[in-house]
Amino acid sequence: MNRILIAAASLGALALAAAPAHAERIKFDFWYGNTGAIAEVVQKHCDLFNQSQDKYEAVCTGQGGYDKAEQNTIAAYRAKQQPTIVQIYDAGTVNFMLSDAIIPAVQFAKDHGMTVDWDSYFGGIKNYYATSKGEMWSFPYNSSTAMFYWNKDAWAKIGKTEAPKTWNEYAADLKAMKAAGVSCGLALDYDTWTALEQFSASNDLPIATMNNGYDGLGAELLFNKTAYVDHMKDYKSWLDAGFAELHTEQTGKDIDQAFADGSCASIFESIADFRNFKQTATGFNWGVAMLPLLDGKERKNTLVGGASLWVMKGKTDQEYEAATAFLNYVTAADTGQKYIVENTGYIPVRADGLELLNKEGFYQKPENAGRELAIASLTASNGTPVTRGIRLGNYTSIRKALKSELEAAFAGQKDVQVAIDDAVATGNEILRRYEQTFQGAQLP
Amino acid sequence: MLRHAAFTNIWLATALVVPQLLLVFIFFYWPTGEALYWAFTLEQPFGGSNQWVGWLNFSTVFKDPKYWNSVQVSIIFAVATTAIIISVSLFLALLVDRRLPGHQIYSFAYFIPYAMAAPAAGLAFRFIFSPNAGFVAAINDWFPNIWNPATDGLDAMILVVLCQAWKSIGYSFVFFLAALQSIPRPLTEAGAMDGAGALRRMWDIQVPLVMPTLFFLLIINLTDSFVDSFGIIDITTHGGPARATELMVYKIYFDGFKAQDYSLAAAESIVLMLLVIVLTFIQFRFVERRVHYA
Repeated sequence: MNRILIAAASLGALALAAAPAHAERIKFDFWYGNTGAIAEVVQKHCDLFNQSQDKYEAVCTGQGGYDKAEQNTIAAYRAKQQPTIVQIYDAGTVNFMLSDAIIPAVQFAKDHGMTVDWDSYFGGIKNYYATSKGEMWSFPYNSSTAMFYWNKDAWAKIGKTEAPKTWNEYAADLKAMKAAGVSCGLALDYDTWTALEQFSASNDLPIATMNNGYDGLGAELLFNKTAYVDHMKDYKSWLDAGFAELHTEQTGKDIDQAFADGSCASIFESIADFRNFKQTATGFNWGVAMLPLLDGKERKNTLVGGASLWVMKGKTDQEYEAATAFLNYVTAADTGQKYIVENTGYIPVRADGLELLNKEGFYQKPENAGRELAIASLTASNGTPVTRGIRLGNYTSIRKALKSELEAAFAGQKDVQVAIDDAVATGNEILRRYEQTFQGAQLP
Repeated sequence: MLRHAAFTNIWLATALVVPQLLLVFIFFYWPTGEALYWAFTLEQPFGGSNQWVGWLNFSTVFKDPKYWNSVQVSIIFAVATTAIIISVSLFLALLVDRRLPGHQIYSFAYFIPYAMAAPAAGLAFRFIFSPNAGFVAAINDWFPNIWNPATDGLDAMILVVLCQAWKSIGYSFVFFLAALQSIPRPLTEAGAMDGAGALRRMWDIQVPLVMPTLFFLLIINLTDSFVDSFGIIDITTHGGPARATELMVYKIYFDGFKAQDYSLAAAESIVLMLLVIVLTFIQFRFVERRVHYA
């Protein structure tokens, strides 16, 4: 009996000793905000990183929305449970810059030996996430911009094969299409990203003083004095004349669905939805073009949308080591940018990514025709003082105030100028409150 | 002989009460305390330096015409939903109480909407009442553009009031049914023998005898419509169009979670809490006097 026990024990010990020494992977948390199909792409990106090496492991969790990602990160930080890397959208940039809770990207790269060519980031993307002195504080990950999607069949009814280049030409086209029997030329919603922000940037119009807030927290809104007001008056007149229709969740289908099922002939939407439209907008010919300009204006770069990756303070050195490897992986031309571009409608964020894609003839393929226009739109100029981006505190609230006023204006309850004046007044109150909350803080 | 019943085991009593007290403390008094602290300071999203600003947040709240708009909207919403809920559920309970054949099926059917989650109900209503795609859209075929909750504030208000009322009727219905069943049968039988018809019996005998329940449900429904209506607004109208359905509770959610202005949201929620307390006090003080307890 004893001999059997000893034999069994020694066999067991042998087996344990013979097992290969398996190192425990260093884990870190990555929180992202995308939902739906793009969330699956991001999750798969994490899996690819984990499979490509065996030292680190990225634990990626979707937060169910960009705004939720921001809220959850703030709550987690207060509870000292923050993730190592978090994906935050454009409107969250100011809060994170002033938070003293993040490690600036340039600092992180220097401390952890990342070689990043910061200047190779496209101007329109770099400036959004950089300080007023040009230092980038986050790593752009999924970048997009606003484009003009148009139904070529509808435009063919008025004998045009090219997208309109100016707003006046576009207005004339809408009128002509209505006469030619197209019931809805434009699907509108109250989104301010395309109507205010991208419109202002492409035409080099300011949205707020102090270079859209880059120079400090004392900025004041002034889009009630720019050509944006006339643009909104145009929107209203198109709605009243029947050239455009309002499509929101509340009316049954949003603008993406209205375009995809052919009911409306054009929309202004992010390039990120390009691949969705490839699958849903079948049954008619459509294309994508750059936003129209005001007459006599030279095209300036539009603003970047999407999100970037921020590194949070207060984690261990090991987690930062793992995060470095992850960041290198997802920003590299082949494993990072190319993957995002091929699986979503987003664009490459750096020159090396674009170079790789061009070498492989990505943009020459017919199914990707038009996507390179997004890059052209973002690099149309090197960034004037007011097209670097928007750095206004509590910007989500300002967007909502403007949206509410536009709802009143488009329903005919208020004059357009009065509505936009009221939105600016509300927005300025919000900005002053934000300034007081961060009294003494300096915008980097 | 003891003059009154006394429970002598203090330790057991404490042990039984402490878990509930702990819950109330952790989930009500502690957050309220924090909200009070935030309401008198300016709280940065990530924490850090709070600066004391005294009444600034409250004065910002009270000076803002959009806040008074949300108060007005909330009051209209509360009164409309409570009126519909109480009257419809009382009527249904009175009818079901007659115990005609099939009354169990009706009981079940009237209660089911209460079991539905608010977002699910909101989504269903949003679809049914959508101006282009819903069932109600048929009205737009006959009278073009008469119904559009995306642009017309009144339509949006009707939509959310109907949704909240539809969802909450079941709860009040069950209470009324139970109250009606506790009325002794001889009372209604005596009324019937004296020649009172069904409606007369309902109005003069049954309704006065369920007053305590009606009073209770009045408070519950008013309070619920102030604080429990968030889910429906968030799914259907998002406070629009042009703030026509921006209830106080939705404004608090937006200011706190989307805009990250924690101090403003804290001040607003303190005001809402005080408002509900005052409303309940008024009801107990003035309305309860007219309630006859059996």
